[in-house]
Amino acid sequence: MIEIRGLTKYFGEHLVLDRVTLDVAKHEVVCLIGASGSGKSTLLRCINRLIEPDWGSIRLDGVAVEDPSWGKTGLQRRVGIVFQSYNLFPHMRVIDNIMLAPRKVRGLSRVEAHDKAMAVLALFGMERFARAYPEQLSGGQQQRVALARALAGEPEVLLLDEVTAALDPELVGEVMAAIRGLKAQGLTMVIVTHEMGFARDLADRVCFLDGGRIVEEAPPGALFNAPEHPRTRQFLERLLEGGRL
Amino acid sequence: MIPEQPTTPPPPPRRRGFDWRRALVPGLISSLSILVVFGGLAWLIAGNENWPRIQRQFFSLDHMLAALPRVAWGFLTNMKVWLIAMACIGVWALLLAVIRSLRGPWFAPFRLMVVLYIDLFRGLPALLLVILFGFGIPALRIPGLPSSGLFWGGFAMVLSYSAYVCEIYRAGIDAVHEGQRAAAKALGLNEGQVMLYAILPQALRNAVPSLMNIVVALQKDVALLSVIGVRDAVREAQIYTSSTFNYSSMVVAALLFLLATIPMARLADWVTHRDRVRRLQLAG
Repeated sequence: MIEIRGLTKYFGEHLVLDRVTLDVAKHEVVCLIGASGSGKSTLLRCINRLIEPDWGSIRLDGVAVEDPSWGKTGLQRRVGIVFQSYNLFPHMRVIDNIMLAPRKVRGLSRVEAHDKAMAVLALFGMERFARAYPEQLSGGQQQRVALARALAGEPEVLLLDEVTAALDPELVGEVMAAIRGLKAQGLTMVIVTHEMGFARDLADRVCFLDGGRIVEEAPPGALFNAPEHPRTRQFLERLLEGGRL
Repeated sequence: MIPEQPTTPPPPPRRRGFDWRRALVPGLISSLSILVVFGGLAWLIAGNENWPRIQRQFFSLDHMLAALPRVAWGFLTNMKVWLIAMACIGVWALLLAVIRSLRGPWFAPFRLMVVLYIDLFRGLPALLLVILFGFGIPALRIPGLPSSGLFWGGFAMVLSYSAYVCEIYRAGIDAVHEGQRAAAKALGLNEGQVMLYAILPQALRNAVPSLMNIVVALQKDVALLSVIGVRDAVREAQIYTSSTFNYSSMVVAALLFLLATIPMARLADWVTHRDRVRRLQLAG
Protein backbone atom coordinates (compact mmCIF):
# COMPACT_ATOMS: atom_id res chain seq x y z
CA MET A 1 0.00 0.00 0.00
CA ILE A 2 2.81 2.43 0.92
CA GLU A 3 6.09 2.13 -0.94
CA ILE A 4 8.98 4.27 0.24
CA ARG A 5 12.12 4.24 -1.90
CA GLY A 6 15.47 5.87 -1.18
CA LEU A 7 13.95 8.60 0.96
CA THR A 8 16.57 11.21 1.93
CA LYS A 9 16.11 14.43 3.87
CA TYR A 10 18.54 17.06 5.09
CA PHE A 11 17.82 19.69 7.71
CA GLY A 12 20.50 22.13 6.61
CA GLU A 13 23.72 20.11 6.63
CA HIS A 14 22.31 17.47 8.94
CA LEU A 15 21.25 14.23 7.28
CA VAL A 16 18.00 13.14 8.99
CA LEU A 17 16.85 10.44 6.59
CA ASP A 18 19.38 8.42 4.64
CA ARG A 19 18.05 6.37 1.71
CA VAL A 20 15.13 4.88 3.64
CA THR A 21 13.26 2.11 1.86
CA LEU A 22 10.14 0.63 3.40
CA ASP A 23 6.95 -1.11 2.30
CA VAL A 24 3.75 -1.18 4.30
CA ALA A 25 1.04 -3.61 3.20
CA LYS A 26 -2.69 -3.03 3.59
CA HIS A 27 -3.93 -3.84 7.13
CA GLU A 28 -0.34 -3.97 8.34
CA VAL A 29 0.89 -2.22 11.50
CA VAL A 30 4.50 -1.08 11.31
CA CYS A 31 6.26 0.39 14.33
CA LEU A 32 9.27 2.66 13.96
CA ILE A 33 11.59 2.64 16.96
CA GLY A 34 14.96 4.22 17.63
CA ALA A 35 16.69 6.87 19.68
CA SER A 36 15.58 10.53 19.60
CA GLY A 37 16.87 12.17 16.44
CA SER A 38 17.05 8.92 14.49
CA GLY A 39 14.58 10.26 11.91
CA LYS A 40 11.43 8.35 12.88
CA SER A 41 9.09 11.33 13.09
CA THR A 42 10.55 12.92 9.96
CA LEU A 43 9.91 9.70 8.04
CA LEU A 44 6.32 9.64 9.28
CA ARG A 45 5.68 13.27 8.35
CA CYS A 46 7.03 12.73 4.86
CA ILE A 47 4.24 10.22 4.22
CA ASN A 48 1.48 12.86 4.43
CA ARG A 49 3.72 15.64 3.08
CA LEU A 50 3.99 17.70 6.25
CA ILE A 51 7.68 17.49 5.37
CA GLU A 52 8.95 17.36 1.78
CA PRO A 53 11.88 14.94 1.32
CA ASP A 54 14.93 16.02 -0.68
CA TRP A 55 15.38 12.74 -2.57
CA GLY A 56 13.49 9.51 -3.10
CA SER A 57 9.83 8.69 -3.52
CA ILE A 58 6.75 7.70 -1.54
CA ARG A 59 3.90 6.01 -3.36
CA LEU A 60 0.44 5.31 -2.03
CA ASP A 61 -1.25 2.53 -4.02
CA GLY A 62 1.26 3.15 -6.80
CA VAL A 63 0.68 6.93 -7.02
CA ALA A 64 3.44 9.27 -5.87
CA VAL A 65 2.29 11.42 -2.92
CA GLU A 66 3.33 14.62 -4.69
CA ASP A 67 1.37 13.66 -7.83
CA PRO A 68 -0.94 16.53 -8.84
CA SER A 69 -3.79 14.07 -9.39
CA TRP A 70 -4.28 14.01 -5.60
CA GLY A 71 -5.57 17.55 -5.76
CA LYS A 72 -5.31 19.79 -2.77
CA THR A 73 -6.63 17.39 -0.16
CA GLY A 74 -6.84 13.93 -1.71
CA LEU A 75 -3.80 12.62 0.13
CA GLN A 76 -4.89 14.04 3.49
CA ARG A 77 -8.26 12.32 3.09
CA ARG A 78 -6.56 8.94 2.86
CA VAL A 79 -3.78 9.45 5.38
CA GLY A 80 -4.57 10.64 8.90
CA ILE A 81 -2.06 11.64 11.56
CA VAL A 82 -2.10 11.99 15.34
CA PHE A 83 0.61 13.99 17.10
CA GLN A 84 2.45 13.66 20.39
CA SER A 85 1.06 16.99 21.63
CA TYR A 86 -2.54 16.25 20.46
CA ASN A 87 -2.73 19.60 18.63
CA LEU A 88 -6.47 19.89 19.16
CA PHE A 89 -7.84 23.34 18.36
CA PRO A 90 -8.22 24.92 21.81
CA HIS A 91 -10.90 27.40 20.74
CA MET A 92 -13.28 24.70 19.52
CA ARG A 93 -15.36 22.23 21.44
CA VAL A 94 -14.47 18.56 21.04
CA ILE A 95 -17.34 18.01 18.64
CA ASP A 96 -16.35 21.00 16.48
CA ASN A 97 -12.74 19.82 16.39
CA ILE A 98 -13.94 16.56 14.90
CA MET A 99 -16.58 18.03 12.58
CA LEU A 100 -14.24 20.60 11.01
CA ALA A 101 -12.58 18.38 8.39
CA PRO A 102 -15.71 16.40 7.42
CA ARG A 103 -17.59 19.66 6.88
CA LYS A 104 -14.96 21.84 5.25
CA VAL A 105 -12.92 19.22 3.39
CA ARG A 106 -15.40 16.50 2.54
CA GLY A 107 -18.39 18.82 2.29
CA LEU A 108 -20.69 16.89 4.63
CA SER A 109 -23.77 18.68 5.96
CA ARG A 110 -23.83 19.76 9.61
CA VAL A 111 -26.11 16.88 10.54
CA GLU A 112 -24.07 14.26 8.69
CA ALA A 113 -20.82 15.56 10.15
CA HIS A 114 -22.33 15.61 13.64
CA ASP A 115 -23.50 11.99 13.34
CA LYS A 116 -20.10 10.97 12.01
CA ALA A 117 -18.33 12.78 14.85
CA MET A 118 -20.50 11.22 17.53
CA ALA A 119 -19.89 7.78 15.98
CA VAL A 120 -16.10 8.13 16.15
CA LEU A 121 -16.27 9.58 19.66
CA ALA A 122 -18.32 6.55 20.70
CA LEU A 123 -15.56 4.36 19.35
CA PHE A 124 -13.31 5.67 22.12
CA GLY A 125 -15.99 6.08 24.80
CA MET A 126 -15.76 9.88 24.59
CA GLU A 127 -19.37 10.85 23.63
CA ARG A 128 -19.89 12.47 27.03
CA PHE A 129 -17.21 15.03 26.30
CA ALA A 130 -18.54 16.23 22.95
CA ARG A 131 -19.44 19.68 24.34
CA ALA A 132 -16.23 20.08 26.37
CA TYR A 133 -13.26 22.21 25.41
CA PRO A 134 -9.93 20.39 24.99
CA GLU A 135 -8.32 22.12 27.98
CA GLN A 136 -11.01 20.65 30.24
CA LEU A 137 -9.88 17.11 29.40
CA SER A 138 -7.00 15.00 30.68
CA GLY A 139 -4.11 14.24 28.35
CA GLY A 140 -5.38 10.73 27.67
CA GLN A 141 -8.84 12.03 26.84
CA GLN A 142 -7.41 14.72 24.56
CA GLN A 143 -5.37 12.14 22.72
CA ARG A 144 -8.45 9.97 22.23
CA VAL A 145 -10.25 13.01 20.80
CA ALA A 146 -7.28 13.56 18.48
CA LEU A 147 -7.60 9.93 17.35
CA ALA A 148 -11.33 10.44 16.78
CA ARG A 149 -10.61 13.62 14.79
CA ALA A 150 -8.16 11.78 12.55
CA LEU A 151 -10.60 8.89 12.05
CA ALA A 152 -13.58 11.11 11.23
CA GLY A 153 -12.00 11.59 7.81
CA GLU A 154 -12.15 7.81 7.29
CA PRO A 155 -8.47 7.49 6.39
CA GLU A 156 -7.06 4.24 5.06
CA VAL A 157 -3.70 4.85 6.68
CA LEU A 158 -3.18 6.28 10.16
CA LEU A 159 0.15 7.74 11.20
CA LEU A 160 0.80 7.93 14.95
CA ASP A 161 3.66 10.17 16.06
CA GLU A 162 4.65 9.21 19.64
CA VAL A 163 1.05 9.52 20.70
CA THR A 164 1.68 8.34 24.25
CA ALA A 165 4.94 10.21 24.89
CA ALA A 166 3.31 13.27 26.47
CA LEU A 167 0.97 11.28 28.71
CA ASP A 168 1.28 10.46 32.40
CA PRO A 169 2.07 6.75 32.77
CA GLU A 170 -1.38 5.89 34.14
CA LEU A 171 -3.04 7.45 31.08
CA VAL A 172 -0.98 5.57 28.49
CA GLY A 173 -3.13 2.44 28.82
CA GLU A 174 -6.42 4.03 27.68
CA VAL A 175 -4.84 5.42 24.51
CA MET A 176 -3.10 2.13 23.75
CA ALA A 177 -6.38 0.28 24.16
CA ALA A 178 -7.98 2.64 21.66
CA ILE A 179 -5.23 1.97 19.13
CA ARG A 180 -5.46 -1.77 19.70
CA GLY A 181 -9.14 -1.51 18.76
CA LEU A 182 -8.17 0.17 15.48
CA LYS A 183 -5.78 -2.65 14.63
CA ALA A 184 -8.57 -5.13 15.20
CA GLN A 185 -10.59 -3.26 12.57
CA GLY A 186 -7.80 -3.74 10.07
CA LEU A 187 -6.63 -0.14 9.80
CA THR A 188 -3.19 0.26 8.23
CA MET A 189 -0.94 2.09 10.70
CA VAL A 190 2.59 3.42 10.86
CA ILE A 191 3.49 4.10 14.48
CA VAL A 192 6.45 5.95 15.93
CA THR A 193 6.77 4.95 19.57
CA HIS A 194 9.05 4.77 22.58
CA GLU A 195 6.82 2.20 24.26
CA MET A 196 8.52 -1.07 23.43
CA GLY A 197 5.79 -3.11 25.09
CA PHE A 198 3.31 -1.41 22.78
CA ALA A 199 5.41 -2.17 19.70
CA ARG A 200 5.90 -5.78 20.73
CA ASP A 201 2.21 -6.22 21.41
CA LEU A 202 0.77 -4.43 18.39
CA ALA A 203 3.19 -4.39 15.49
CA ASP A 204 3.28 -6.83 12.62
CA ARG A 205 6.75 -5.53 11.89
CA VAL A 206 9.19 -3.35 13.78
CA CYS A 207 11.81 -1.14 12.11
CA PHE A 208 14.77 0.11 14.09
CA LEU A 209 16.12 3.43 12.85
CA ASP A 210 19.58 4.72 13.59
CA GLY A 211 21.19 7.83 12.07
CA GLY A 212 18.41 8.18 9.52
CA ARG A 213 18.63 4.60 8.25
CA ILE A 214 16.49 1.55 8.88
CA VAL A 215 19.21 -0.75 10.19
CA GLU A 216 16.97 -3.64 11.15
CA GLU A 217 13.48 -4.69 10.22
CA ALA A 218 11.78 -7.79 11.63
CA PRO A 219 8.62 -9.10 13.31
CA PRO A 220 8.54 -7.91 16.93
CA GLY A 221 9.32 -11.33 18.42
CA ALA A 222 12.50 -11.65 16.38
CA LEU A 223 13.64 -8.06 16.76
CA PHE A 224 13.15 -7.82 20.52
CA ASN A 225 14.33 -11.33 21.42
CA ALA A 226 17.16 -11.82 18.95
CA PRO A 227 18.29 -8.52 17.47
CA GLU A 228 20.85 -9.08 14.74
CA HIS A 229 22.37 -5.66 14.27
CA PRO A 230 24.82 -4.50 16.98
CA ARG A 231 23.18 -1.01 17.09
CA THR A 232 19.76 -2.57 17.73
CA ARG A 233 21.23 -4.73 20.47
CA GLN A 234 22.89 -1.71 22.05
CA PHE A 235 19.65 0.33 21.91
CA LEU A 236 17.56 -2.45 23.46
CA GLU A 237 20.15 -3.13 26.15
CA ARG A 238 20.11 0.52 27.13
CA LEU A 239 16.33 0.46 27.40
CA LEU A 240 16.60 -2.70 29.48
CA GLU A 241 19.03 -0.97 31.85
CA GLY A 242 16.69 2.01 32.05
CA GLY A 243 13.91 -0.37 33.07
CA ARG A 244 11.82 0.53 30.05
CA LEU A 245 11.58 -2.92 28.53
CA MET B 1 11.51 1.85 64.61
CA ILE B 2 8.73 4.21 63.49
CA PRO B 3 7.09 6.01 66.40
CA GLU B 4 3.45 5.13 66.89
CA GLN B 5 1.07 7.18 64.71
CA PRO B 6 -2.36 8.39 65.80
CA THR B 7 -5.15 6.48 64.07
CA THR B 8 -6.80 9.58 62.55
CA PRO B 9 -5.13 12.62 60.98
CA PRO B 10 -5.05 15.74 63.19
CA PRO B 11 -7.93 18.20 62.63
CA PRO B 12 -7.48 21.21 60.31
CA PRO B 13 -6.06 24.27 62.09
CA ARG B 14 -8.75 26.42 63.72
CA ARG B 15 -9.53 29.53 61.72
CA ARG B 16 -8.57 32.55 63.66
CA GLY B 17 -11.26 35.22 64.10
CA PHE B 18 -10.77 38.64 62.57
CA ASP B 19 -7.96 40.30 64.49
CA TRP B 20 -8.74 44.03 64.72
CA ARG B 21 -5.37 44.99 66.04
CA ARG B 22 -3.54 43.22 63.22
CA ALA B 23 -5.76 44.81 60.56
CA LEU B 24 -6.00 48.25 62.11
CA VAL B 25 -2.39 49.17 62.75
CA PRO B 26 -1.08 48.92 59.13
CA GLY B 27 -4.27 50.59 57.90
CA LEU B 28 -3.81 53.50 60.30
CA ILE B 29 -0.18 53.91 59.35
CA SER B 30 -0.86 54.01 55.61
CA SER B 31 -3.76 56.48 56.07
CA LEU B 32 -1.60 58.71 58.18
CA SER B 33 1.25 58.58 55.69
CA ILE B 34 -1.07 59.44 52.78
CA LEU B 35 -2.51 62.33 54.79
CA VAL B 36 0.94 63.71 55.62
CA VAL B 37 2.34 63.48 52.08
CA PHE B 38 -0.70 64.74 50.17
CA GLY B 39 -1.59 67.29 52.84
CA GLY B 40 1.95 68.62 52.62
CA LEU B 41 1.77 68.87 48.84
CA ALA B 42 -1.61 70.65 49.00
CA TRP B 43 -0.28 73.08 51.59
CA LEU B 44 2.77 73.81 49.43
CA ILE B 45 0.69 74.45 46.32
CA ALA B 46 -2.14 76.40 47.91
CA GLY B 47 0.31 78.40 50.03
CA ASN B 48 2.16 79.55 46.91
CA GLU B 49 1.67 83.24 46.24
CA ASN B 50 0.85 82.46 42.57
CA TRP B 51 -1.85 79.93 43.38
CA PRO B 52 -4.87 82.25 43.17
CA ARG B 53 -3.78 83.32 39.67
CA ILE B 54 -3.28 79.71 38.59
CA GLN B 55 -6.68 78.84 39.96
CA ARG B 56 -8.34 81.68 38.09
CA GLN B 57 -6.54 80.83 34.86
CA PHE B 58 -7.07 77.05 34.83
CA PHE B 59 -9.72 76.06 37.34
CA SER B 60 -12.31 78.81 37.18
CA LEU B 61 -15.66 77.12 37.73
CA ASP B 62 -17.57 79.85 35.86
CA HIS B 63 -15.42 79.51 32.79
CA MET B 64 -15.57 75.74 33.00
CA LEU B 65 -19.36 75.72 33.04
CA ALA B 66 -19.50 78.24 30.24
CA ALA B 67 -17.21 76.18 28.04
CA LEU B 68 -18.69 72.79 28.87
CA PRO B 69 -21.51 72.63 26.26
CA ARG B 70 -19.36 73.42 23.24
CA VAL B 71 -16.40 71.33 24.46
CA ALA B 72 -18.70 68.39 25.17
CA TRP B 73 -20.22 68.80 21.72
CA GLY B 74 -16.71 68.69 20.24
CA PHE B 75 -15.94 65.66 22.34
CA LEU B 76 -18.85 63.88 20.70
CA THR B 77 -16.97 64.33 17.40
CA ASN B 78 -13.91 62.75 19.04
CA MET B 79 -15.96 59.74 20.08
CA LYS B 80 -17.52 59.35 16.65
CA VAL B 81 -14.18 59.52 14.85
CA TRP B 82 -12.72 57.17 17.43
CA LEU B 83 -15.39 54.51 16.91
CA ILE B 84 -15.35 54.68 13.11
CA ALA B 85 -11.55 54.73 12.91
CA MET B 86 -11.36 51.79 15.32
CA ALA B 87 -13.63 49.68 13.13
CA CYS B 88 -11.70 50.59 9.94
CA ILE B 89 -8.31 49.94 11.57
CA GLY B 90 -9.48 46.60 12.95
CA VAL B 91 -10.51 45.33 9.52
CA TRP B 92 -7.78 46.90 7.38
CA ALA B 93 -4.94 45.85 9.70
CA LEU B 94 -6.28 42.31 9.88
CA LEU B 95 -6.28 42.10 6.11
CA LEU B 96 -2.67 43.34 6.03
CA ALA B 97 -1.61 40.86 8.71
CA VAL B 98 -3.21 37.93 6.91
CA ILE B 99 -1.52 38.88 3.65
CA ARG B 100 1.79 39.16 5.44
CA SER B 101 1.35 35.68 6.94
CA LEU B 102 0.52 33.89 3.69
CA ARG B 103 3.29 31.46 2.87
CA GLY B 104 2.93 30.61 -0.82
CA PRO B 105 5.67 31.96 -3.14
CA TRP B 106 3.01 33.57 -5.34
CA PHE B 107 2.15 35.95 -2.54
CA ALA B 108 5.69 37.39 -2.38
CA PRO B 109 4.81 40.74 -4.05
CA PHE B 110 1.86 41.25 -1.70
CA ARG B 111 3.96 40.38 1.34
CA LEU B 112 6.53 42.91 0.15
CA MET B 113 3.83 45.56 -0.26
CA VAL B 114 2.67 45.05 3.31
CA VAL B 115 6.24 45.28 4.62
CA LEU B 116 6.75 48.54 2.73
CA TYR B 117 3.41 49.86 3.99
CA ILE B 118 4.35 49.14 7.59
CA ASP B 119 7.80 50.66 7.23
CA LEU B 120 6.33 53.78 5.68
CA PHE B 121 3.40 54.48 7.98
CA ARG B 122 5.06 53.39 11.18
CA GLY B 123 8.04 55.55 10.32
CA LEU B 124 6.04 58.77 9.82
CA PRO B 125 4.58 60.92 12.62
CA ALA B 126 0.80 60.62 12.72
CA LEU B 127 0.64 64.44 12.97
CA LEU B 128 2.48 64.81 9.67
CA LEU B 129 0.11 62.38 7.96
CA VAL B 130 -2.93 64.17 9.33
CA ILE B 131 -1.71 67.52 8.01
CA LEU B 132 -0.61 66.01 4.68
CA PHE B 133 -3.95 64.28 4.02
CA GLY B 134 -6.24 66.68 5.84
CA PHE B 135 -5.00 69.83 4.10
CA GLY B 136 -3.30 68.33 1.05
CA ILE B 137 -5.95 66.19 -0.55
CA PRO B 138 -8.92 68.57 -0.22
CA ALA B 139 -6.65 71.23 -1.76
CA LEU B 140 -6.31 69.09 -4.90
CA ARG B 141 -10.04 69.54 -5.56
CA ILE B 142 -10.23 66.22 -7.42
CA PRO B 143 -13.85 65.69 -8.40
CA GLY B 144 -15.41 62.58 -6.87
CA LEU B 145 -13.14 62.58 -3.81
CA PRO B 146 -14.53 63.80 -0.50
CA SER B 147 -13.23 67.24 0.34
CA SER B 148 -13.83 67.17 4.08
CA GLY B 149 -10.79 67.60 6.30
CA LEU B 150 -12.48 65.40 8.87
CA PHE B 151 -12.65 62.51 6.39
CA TRP B 152 -9.04 62.77 5.23
CA GLY B 153 -7.71 63.37 8.72
CA GLY B 154 -9.51 60.26 9.90
CA PHE B 155 -8.18 58.44 6.85
CA ALA B 156 -4.63 59.39 7.83
CA MET B 157 -5.21 58.12 11.37
CA VAL B 158 -6.44 54.80 9.98
CA LEU B 159 -3.38 54.47 7.71
CA SER B 160 -0.99 55.26 10.54
CA TYR B 161 -2.58 53.13 13.24
CA SER B 162 -3.14 50.15 10.92
CA ALA B 163 0.61 49.77 10.56
CA TYR B 164 0.94 49.23 14.32
CA VAL B 165 -2.15 47.09 14.65
CA CYS B 166 -1.04 44.90 11.74
CA GLU B 167 2.12 44.10 13.66
CA ILE B 168 0.08 43.24 16.76
CA TYR B 169 -2.10 40.88 14.76
CA ARG B 170 0.96 39.34 13.16
CA ALA B 171 2.58 38.72 16.55
CA GLY B 172 -0.67 37.04 17.56
CA ILE B 173 -0.56 34.85 14.46
CA ASP B 174 3.09 33.96 15.01
CA ALA B 175 2.35 33.03 18.63
CA VAL B 176 -0.02 30.25 17.56
CA HIS B 177 1.86 26.98 17.95
CA GLU B 178 3.26 25.49 14.75
CA GLY B 179 1.58 22.18 15.62
CA GLN B 180 -1.83 23.81 15.10
CA ARG B 181 -0.91 24.61 11.51
CA ALA B 182 0.44 21.08 10.97
CA ALA B 183 -2.72 19.53 12.43
CA ALA B 184 -5.01 21.68 10.29
CA LYS B 185 -3.00 20.96 7.16
CA ALA B 186 -2.97 17.23 7.90
CA LEU B 187 -6.76 17.31 8.12
CA GLY B 188 -6.78 18.46 4.51
CA LEU B 189 -7.72 22.12 5.02
CA ASN B 190 -6.34 24.48 2.38
CA GLU B 191 -4.22 27.48 3.29
CA GLY B 192 -7.15 29.87 3.57
CA GLN B 193 -9.14 27.45 5.73
CA VAL B 194 -6.13 26.78 7.97
CA MET B 195 -5.92 30.53 8.58
CA LEU B 196 -9.65 31.08 9.01
CA TYR B 197 -10.59 28.16 11.23
CA ALA B 198 -7.41 27.19 13.06
CA ILE B 199 -5.02 30.14 13.27
CA LEU B 200 -6.99 33.42 13.30
CA PRO B 201 -9.38 32.68 16.19
CA GLN B 202 -6.39 31.89 18.39
CA ALA B 203 -4.34 34.79 17.03
CA LEU B 204 -7.10 37.31 17.79
CA ARG B 205 -7.37 36.03 21.32
CA ASN B 206 -3.61 36.45 21.68
CA ALA B 207 -3.80 39.99 20.34
CA VAL B 208 -6.63 41.34 22.50
CA PRO B 209 -4.54 42.73 25.40
CA SER B 210 -2.22 44.68 23.08
CA LEU B 211 -5.15 45.85 20.98
CA MET B 212 -6.81 47.31 24.07
CA ASN B 213 -3.80 49.58 24.60
CA ILE B 214 -4.06 50.79 21.02
CA VAL B 215 -7.76 51.52 21.52
CA VAL B 216 -6.93 53.75 24.50
CA ALA B 217 -4.11 55.49 22.62
CA LEU B 218 -6.36 56.14 19.63
CA GLN B 219 -9.02 57.66 21.83
CA LYS B 220 -6.62 60.47 22.72
CA ASP B 221 -4.84 60.77 19.38
CA VAL B 222 -8.07 61.64 17.60
CA ALA B 223 -7.36 65.10 19.05
CA LEU B 224 -4.62 65.44 16.42
CA LEU B 225 -7.40 66.24 13.96
CA SER B 226 -7.86 69.58 15.74
CA VAL B 227 -4.77 70.93 13.92
CA ILE B 228 -6.53 70.67 10.56
CA GLY B 229 -9.54 72.57 11.88
CA VAL B 230 -11.81 69.69 12.88
CA ARG B 231 -13.95 71.09 15.70
CA ASP B 232 -13.25 68.39 18.24
CA ALA B 233 -13.04 68.93 22.00
CA VAL B 234 -9.51 70.35 21.88
CA ARG B 235 -10.33 72.71 19.02
CA GLU B 236 -13.49 73.96 20.75
CA ALA B 237 -11.57 74.52 23.97
CA GLN B 238 -8.93 76.43 22.01
CA ILE B 239 -11.55 78.65 20.43
CA TYR B 240 -12.97 79.42 23.85
CA THR B 241 -9.50 80.19 25.18
CA SER B 242 -8.64 82.55 22.35
CA SER B 243 -11.70 84.70 23.02
CA THR B 244 -11.49 84.74 26.84
CA PHE B 245 -7.78 84.22 27.57
CA ASN B 246 -8.78 81.63 30.13
CA TYR B 247 -7.55 78.05 30.00
CA SER B 248 -10.28 76.43 32.09
CA SER B 249 -11.91 75.18 28.88
CA MET B 250 -8.77 73.12 28.23
CA VAL B 251 -9.11 71.58 31.67
CA VAL B 252 -12.70 70.68 30.81
CA ALA B 253 -11.49 68.93 27.66
CA ALA B 254 -8.81 67.17 29.71
CA LEU B 255 -11.41 65.96 32.21
CA LEU B 256 -13.62 64.65 29.41
CA PHE B 257 -10.70 62.71 27.95
CA LEU B 258 -9.88 61.23 31.34
CA LEU B 259 -13.51 60.32 31.85
CA ALA B 260 -13.34 58.26 28.64
CA THR B 261 -9.83 56.80 28.80
CA ILE B 262 -9.63 55.76 32.43
CA PRO B 263 -12.49 53.24 32.20
CA MET B 264 -10.95 51.95 28.95
CA ALA B 265 -7.58 51.56 30.65
CA ARG B 266 -9.18 49.66 33.55
CA LEU B 267 -10.96 47.45 31.02
CA ALA B 268 -7.65 46.82 29.25
CA ASP B 269 -6.04 45.87 32.59
CA TRP B 270 -8.88 43.51 33.34
CA VAL B 271 -8.73 41.86 29.92
CA THR B 272 -4.97 41.44 30.21
CA HIS B 273 -5.34 39.97 33.68
CA ARG B 274 -8.02 37.53 32.54
CA ASP B 275 -5.85 36.50 29.62
CA ARG B 276 -2.88 35.88 31.92
CA VAL B 277 -4.99 33.74 34.23
CA ARG B 278 -6.20 31.73 31.25
CA ARG B 279 -2.64 31.15 30.03
CA LEU B 280 -1.42 30.13 33.47
CA GLN B 281 -4.25 27.64 33.74
CA LEU B 282 -3.36 26.22 30.37
CA ALA B 283 0.30 25.93 31.32
CA GLY B 284 -0.52 24.25 34.63
